[in-house]
Amino acid sequence: MGKIEWAMWANEQALASGLILLTGGIVGVAGQFRGWQFAAYAVAAGVFVCLLEYPRSKRSKGTSVERTGQYCFTVCVKAFGPLTRNYYVRAFLHAAICVPGGFMLATVLGCVCLGIASLIYLVAAIRGEHWEPILPRKEVRKPVTESIKNPPQNPPPRPPAEMRRKRVDDLEGAAYDNPISVTDD
Amino acid sequence: MGNWIINNGLTAFILVVWMAINIFLFVWFYFFYDLGDQFFYTRHLLGSALAWARAPAAVLNFNCLLILLPVCRNLLSLFRGSLMCCGRSVRKQLDKNLSFHKLVAYMIGLMTAVHMIAHLLNVEWYNNSRQGIYDELSTALSNLEDGENTTYLNPIRITNLDPQQIPTYFVFTTIAGLTGVIITLALILIITSSMEVIRRSYFEVFWYTHHLFIIFFAGLVFHGAGRIVRSQQSEPPHNFTFCKDRPADWGRIPECPIPKFAGGFPQTWMWVIGPMVLYVCERLLRFIRYMQAVTYRRIVMRPSKVLELQLVKNGFKMEVGQYVFLNCPAISQLEWHPFTMTSAPEEDFFSVHIRSAGDWTDKLIEIMQNLPEGAQGPKMGVDGPFGTASEDVFDYEVSMLVGAGIGVTPFASILKSIWYKFKDSNPKLRTRKIYFYWLCRETHAFEWFADLLQVLEKEMEERGMGDFLTYKLYLTRWDQSHADHVMVHSDQDKDVITGLKQKTYYGRPAWDKEFEQVRKENPTSVVGTFLCGPEALAKVLAKKCAKYSDVDPRKTKFYFNKENF
Repeated sequence: MGKIEWAMWANEQALASGLILLTGGIVGVAGQFRGWQFAAYAVAAGVFVCLLEYPRSKRSKGTSVERTGQYCFTVCVKAFGPLTRNYYVRAFLHAAICVPGGFMLATVLGCVCLGIASLIYLVAAIRGEHWEPILPRKEVRKPVTESIKNPPQNPPPRPPAEMRRKRVDDLEGAAYDNPISVTDD
Repeated sequence: MGNWIINNGLTAFILVVWMAINIFLFVWFYFFYDLGDQFFYTRHLLGSALAWARAPAAVLNFNCLLILLPVCRNLLSLFRGSLMCCGRSVRKQLDKNLSFHKLVAYMIGLMTAVHMIAHLLNVEWYNNSRQGIYDELSTALSNLEDGENTTYLNPIRITNLDPQQIPTYFVFTTIAGLTGVIITLALILIITSSMEVIRRSYFEVFWYTHHLFIIFFAGLVFHGAGRIVRSQQSEPPHNFTFCKDRPADWGRIPECPIPKFAGGFPQTWMWVIGPMVLYVCERLLRFIRYMQAVTYRRIVMRPSKVLELQLVKNGFKMEVGQYVFLNCPAISQLEWHPFTMTSAPEEDFFSVHIRSAGDWTDKLIEIMQNLPEGAQGPKMGVDGPFGTASEDVFDYEVSMLVGAGIGVTPFASILKSIWYKFKDSNPKLRTRKIYFYWLCRETHAFEWFADLLQVLEKEMEERGMGDFLTYKLYLTRWDQSHADHVMVHSDQDKDVITGLKQKTYYGRPAWDKEFEQVRKENPTSVVGTFLCGPEALAKVLAKKCAKYSDVDPRKTKFYFNKENF
C-alpha cells in the first residue's frame, strides 16, 4: 500500500466520529440521561471535531476533491498554522477529546470511533503527511503577444502587373489556382 | 417523460417495490410491538422506544439479507444467462448491482442509527426502573426475580455499581450489547473506507476494510441470542388490565399470580443464512477458478504504459465485452482487480490491456518489464468472465459505441468479433450498422487500437462493406502545432496521426449532430448506445438518448448502456 495517504481515511473516520459523538450527545441531553453533562460535552466536542475535520486536505499527489462549501472552514483551520497542519497534534487532540465520551453509554461509540481516527492520524503523522489547505488557484493570464503571429511585412509574391490586370475577354484565364482549397469539402 | 419510462422504468419499479417492503416491515413490526398485549408491561418500562427499536431491526434483517446478493458476481452471471429469454430490459437491471448494493448499505446505516438510538433510550429507562425512580409498577416489574428459565422482565440485574456506569456495564456484558457495539463499529469502518474518495484512490484500503463484513455478519447472527426483548407469557394467566394497579398484591391474590416473561426466539439467522451460504459458494467458486492453471501466450508492452497480456486457460469461454478479475499473488494475495477483455470470443486465447493506474497495476507492469525474453509471467489467477452491457451489442439493429480513452477496451473486443463474424458470415449477427466514437487525449495512445482499425478498414473495403462500420476518432487535446501539421497534410488520403482513411476530428463531438445523423440514417430502428468512459459523458449521452428517442414504436429509439468500473 505504498501510495496511500492515510490522512484521507483518518479524515473520513474523524468526521464520522464527530457526527456520532454529536448524535450520542444530543440523545443523552434530550433524554435527560444520567451523566447528561458528559453528553453536553459530547455535543460540543462533536461540533468541534466536525468543524476541524470538514475541510479536506490537499493531496500530495493527484487531484484533491473539496467538500461542498469547505472554503470558509479551510480559511479558519489554516489560521491555526502548525497546530492544524501537524497530524501528531491532531492524533493526540482526538485521543484526548474522545476520553470523556467513555464515561457514558450514549457517547461510547463516538469515543471509540474517534479513538480509531486518532490512531489512523498517528500512522499518517509517522509517515510524514501533513495538512495542506485547498485554495483556489489564481488565474494566470498568458501574455497575449505569444500566440499572435507577426503579420507579414511584405505583400505576397504576385505575377507582374500586366498579368494581374483583369482580362475582360478571357475571364477563365484570369482566375488563378489557390494552393490550398478555400471551400469546405 | 415517455423516454424516461423506457430507459429507467424497470429500475424505478424495482426500487419502489424494495422501498414498499421496507416500509411494510417497519410499520408491521412497529405496531406488533406497540400494540401487542404481551408487551404491555415491557412498554410500561420503555414506552414507544421498544417499538422504535424493533421496527428498524426488522428492516435491518431484510436488508442484511439483500446486501450480499448483488456482490455474488458469479451467481449474477448465471442468473443473467438464464434470463436470455426475458428481454434486455430485465438483464440491464443486473448491470446496476453495485448501485443497489450501495443503496441497501445506506438503508442499513440509517436503520442502525435509529435502532441504536432507540436502544440507548431503552437501556437508560431500564436502568432507571431498576434504580426505582419510576412508579410503583415499574419498580415491581423490575424487581421480578430471575427464576428458573429466566422469568424476569428487566434485563438489567445489577444495582451495586455507580448508576451512571450501569448502562455501559450492561452493554458490554450482554451478548446483544457487545455484539451490537462490535458490529456497529465494523459497519462504521466499512462505511468510512467506502467513501468514493477513498475507494477511487486507495482501492486496497477499501477492499481490505470491507472484509470486516465477516465480523459484521458473525456478530449479527448472535446479536439476538441473549433474548433480552421480553414478553409476557400466557402461563400463569395474569390479566394486566386488572393487575397493573395492584403490584403489591401480586402473588397474593388468585387473579394476579406473579407474571413470567421470556425472550423472543432470535430470528436474524433465518433471514441471513441463505445469502451467507450463497456468498460462501461464490467465494469458493472464485477460489476454484483461481487455482486453475493460466499460461501466458504473449506479453507485450504498449506505448503510454499499457501492458497487453495474452492468456490461455483451459475451458475458458467468453462473450464480447466481458471482463475478468485478475489476481497476482506475487503482488498481493487478496486483491482481485477487474479488466475488460480486448480479445474476441473467436480467438483461442483471451487478452487484456492493462494501463498503469495505481499500486497494483504499476507493480505488475514493473514485473513484466523485468521478465527475460520469452519467459512465463508470474502466477495469475483469473475469475470470470463476467458479463456486462456490451454483450447486448449484437441484439440491436444499430449500435452507437462510445469509448473514452482506455474505455475503448470493451469495444476492441466487439470490433474484433465483428471482423471474425464477417469472415464466417455468421447469421447470428443482427446488427446492420455500427457507429463507433473514440475520444482520446494523446495521439500516442492510439497505436494498438489503430492497428486493429487499419486491419478492419482493409477487410471491409475488400468485401465492399464500407458502410457497415462508421467510426470517428476525436482528439480532445490538441494545440497549434497539431493543427499546423494537419493543415499541411490535409490533402493526403490517409490521416496523418493514425494512418487511417478516416480522418481524425479535433475537440469533442457535437453529440446533437451525431444523434441527428444516426436518427436520420436509421428512421425506424432501435439504437443501442454503449459507453465506457467518465460519468460526465454518461450523463450527456443518457440525456441525448432520452431527447432523441421517440415513444412511437415505429420511430427511432435510443437505449443507453454504461460500463461501471
